[in-house]
Amino acid sequence: MNSSVSGAQAERADRARAIDTVRAGLARRYARERRFRFLGLLAVVTSFVFVGLLFISIIATGYQAIWQTRIRLMVNLDPEVIDPEGKRDPAALSAADYGGLIKSALFEMFPEVTARTDKRALTDLVSSGAAYEVRQRVIEDPKLIGTKEAVWVTANDTVDMLMKGHAERNAEGGAAGLQAKQVAWIDEMIRTGRIEKRFNSTFFTAGDSREPELSGIWSATVGSFYTLLVTLLLAFPIGVAGAIYLEEFAPKGRWTDLIEVNINNLAAVPSIIFGLLGLAVFIGFVGLPRSSPLVGGIVLGLMTLPVIIVASRSALKAVPPSIRDGALGVGASKVQAVFHHVVPLALPGMLTGAIIGMARALGETAPLLMIGMVAFIADTPGGVMDPATGLPVQIYLWADSPERAFMERTSAAIMVLLVFMVLMNSVAIVLRKRFERRW
Amino acid sequence: MQPVALAVVLLVLASVAYYLGRGRSLRVANGSPRVLHSLPTYYGFYTALWCGIPALLLFAAWIFFEPTIVTKLVLAELPREMRELPEARLDLLVNDIRNVLQGTVTARGADPDVSAAAARYRHLQGLSDAALAVLVLSLAVGGGAYALRGIRADLRARNRVEAVIRAFLIASSTIAIFTTVGIVLSVLFEAIRFFQKVSVTEFLFGLHWSPQVAIRADQVGGSGAFGAVPLFTGTLLISGIAMAVAVPIGLMSAIYLSEYASRGFRTVAKPVLEVLAGIPTVVYGFFAALVVAPLIRDTGTAIGLDVSSESALAAGLVMGIMIIPFVSSLADDVINAVPQALRDGSYGIGATQSETIRQVVIPAALPGIVGGVLLAVSRAIGETMIVVMAAGLAANLTMNPLEAVTTVTVQIVTVLVGDQEFDSAKTLSAFALGLVLFVLTLVLNIIALHMVRKYREQYE
Repeated sequence: MNSSVSGAQAERADRARAIDTVRAGLARRYARERRFRFLGLLAVVTSFVFVGLLFISIIATGYQAIWQTRIRLMVNLDPEVIDPEGKRDPAALSAADYGGLIKSALFEMFPEVTARTDKRALTDLVSSGAAYEVRQRVIEDPKLIGTKEAVWVTANDTVDMLMKGHAERNAEGGAAGLQAKQVAWIDEMIRTGRIEKRFNSTFFTAGDSREPELSGIWSATVGSFYTLLVTLLLAFPIGVAGAIYLEEFAPKGRWTDLIEVNINNLAAVPSIIFGLLGLAVFIGFVGLPRSSPLVGGIVLGLMTLPVIIVASRSALKAVPPSIRDGALGVGASKVQAVFHHVVPLALPGMLTGAIIGMARALGETAPLLMIGMVAFIADTPGGVMDPATGLPVQIYLWADSPERAFMERTSAAIMVLLVFMVLMNSVAIVLRKRFERRW
Repeated sequence: MQPVALAVVLLVLASVAYYLGRGRSLRVANGSPRVLHSLPTYYGFYTALWCGIPALLLFAAWIFFEPTIVTKLVLAELPREMRELPEARLDLLVNDIRNVLQGTVTARGADPDVSAAAARYRHLQGLSDAALAVLVLSLAVGGGAYALRGIRADLRARNRVEAVIRAFLIASSTIAIFTTVGIVLSVLFEAIRFFQKVSVTEFLFGLHWSPQVAIRADQVGGSGAFGAVPLFTGTLLISGIAMAVAVPIGLMSAIYLSEYASRGFRTVAKPVLEVLAGIPTVVYGFFAALVVAPLIRDTGTAIGLDVSSESALAAGLVMGIMIIPFVSSLADDVINAVPQALRDGSYGIGATQSETIRQVVIPAALPGIVGGVLLAVSRAIGETMIVVMAAGLAANLTMNPLEAVTTVTVQIVTVLVGDQEFDSAKTLSAFALGLVLFVLTLVLNIIALHMVRKYREQYE
């Protein structure tokens, strides 16, 4: 009897010891718990920091591209120079020497400049595109000929950078790309209000150019538009039809499995491989024109296809079977049940998937490099067969350029691209919120 | 007639055929559509399909073969000495003829033979366009008339239309297979041509990569070495750095968001991660070249390290940031798939939440997580823009993350962008690299998808 009592005591003592060990370890375990939790939070915050850093650095370098420095010149639109025959013939008007007029306007502004090299330095302050701006003014309104007209002409990119504070002034009074006397002239113009940062409409209306101050994103945007148009026309019908077949009609079997494995794999194939496909098959074999939005659109379409198929299938899956059964029950054929009842209900989900796929295709660059959409193209494409470039490719091209002014434009182009993507994604979200039906 | 105009006319004809077909079915039914086998609209569609499809097929085939045939015919008429030029020169000649056609003036545009050929080309093309229009339109009208004549009350129009719809659906679903086949064939054929010039062993095991083939004998640096090992190690190094960034951060984010975070925090944090996933890679590339690479170089200089301005570290780091959301969303999926009962069991025997996660949830989700990480690796290997913009071109055989290395994708881009000499080993090497890339990512994807799928089935 004694022994059993002592056994129970020993057991109790053991239990007490066990609870002691648990308690002793508890503080350590809670500390680990907090550490682990903190690490998790840290990981999320790190991602936030990266997002923040990315946006801040791009906006900080790009926001000033909204303005462009322009110089106010009193251009003497001398009829002797522009239109000596006085016939106002458009061909004669556009062939006249506007560069000379701009030069004389500059020399008039700074009459003290006489030396040849100084004159040269002075004319360098104005962009080479200024002559076109004056020409444009004259062609639009030939009555101006013979008057002295104030024209805001585009300044050179080095001047622009100085005005935006990106070019450090050095000890001699010069700055990056500018001589001391040029900086002095600029200061003089600032004092008299003849140089100013104005809204940079060129950036939104012009094509690519070797001169930063004359380059814009319009051509690239149009190129992207045509490319995406082809992508949409190709990928949406085929993707939706493929999804309908796989989800509604396909018998379970090896063939269907093979198709599914293929779709899943295509979704994970590197985009550059699709570019190789486009180069070898559509340009090399079929003989479609290089650098054209048509080839770009086909390649991006094949890339987007898996995205649209997967989204469309889940949209179809979300339609409850009772809809199909109801249709079949009142005597509809299988095709009628699907096309009259299931597809209309799944359409918002399919469209959402298509828009998200399009947004992704808009940002794709590597395949377009492969099919030659990286050429220097200043003209705006007029159709899907014309040589073109795309917005992301334009960003890539500018990012490679050494001029500081191009860096600013790269960031600005990125902002435009991101705005487009945000718009597309918002449309997708609104569409989903508005038309999604919960069953 | 212009092809576009022809297509529009065809469309109009098909819609006319629709109304004719529907009208005829109603006439056949004598005012009581109930005797018809199908709804009247199906007779309309049936007629329209007969009108449109054969004509469209002919149209497509014609457009596809026309340039080749017309060119052959034009070349056959050229003077003998021009016809017997070698193939490359002949191609140039054809180009000249096309340029003259488009009104572009070239140096050889003035050549009377070329302008004669161009005139002939224009003549033949006009002839071909006219013949196409006549053939397509008569086929359309003929097809429509045939269908119209065949409309009876017992014609199973619906079944026929539905058969066409089904055929279209099946064809669409097989596009994925054709794409894969197209990729394999295009990459494989060019790669085989490359391996006829450079041996497979040299390509796979050679230690020196310098694809510039000497055009002149005295050219410096034109050794034309195609040993791809430096590219493979460079790819591995950058992907390794990327995974070292992305896996811990992505995994911990997924754990925190799915196990700890409050509902409110999650609704904010998830979209932010999705923003990271939606940013185009060219933007990451610019970010790497603009911000991260100078930052790393300056930090390195400050602590006395010699860092290349195109260091592998910068490219790898930014690539890692790009992959974070990819890892975290996949991990989130698999962690959520772990049954709640496992967690409850663990809490029931007194484990803390982190102990439950580390010793129960993660081991249970491990196959899925590994699959997700493999998918992320395959994406890192195939990533192009970040490395093109932030990594170097020099094929250094090194594992030092502070030096510049190059990758498979960078070399594909540099070889294929810009002026290409056709059939040179340099141009073809891009396809051999593409083949390696495709096979590698394919194997990784198949293993990963298999693992993820197996894992999902385990808990379903």
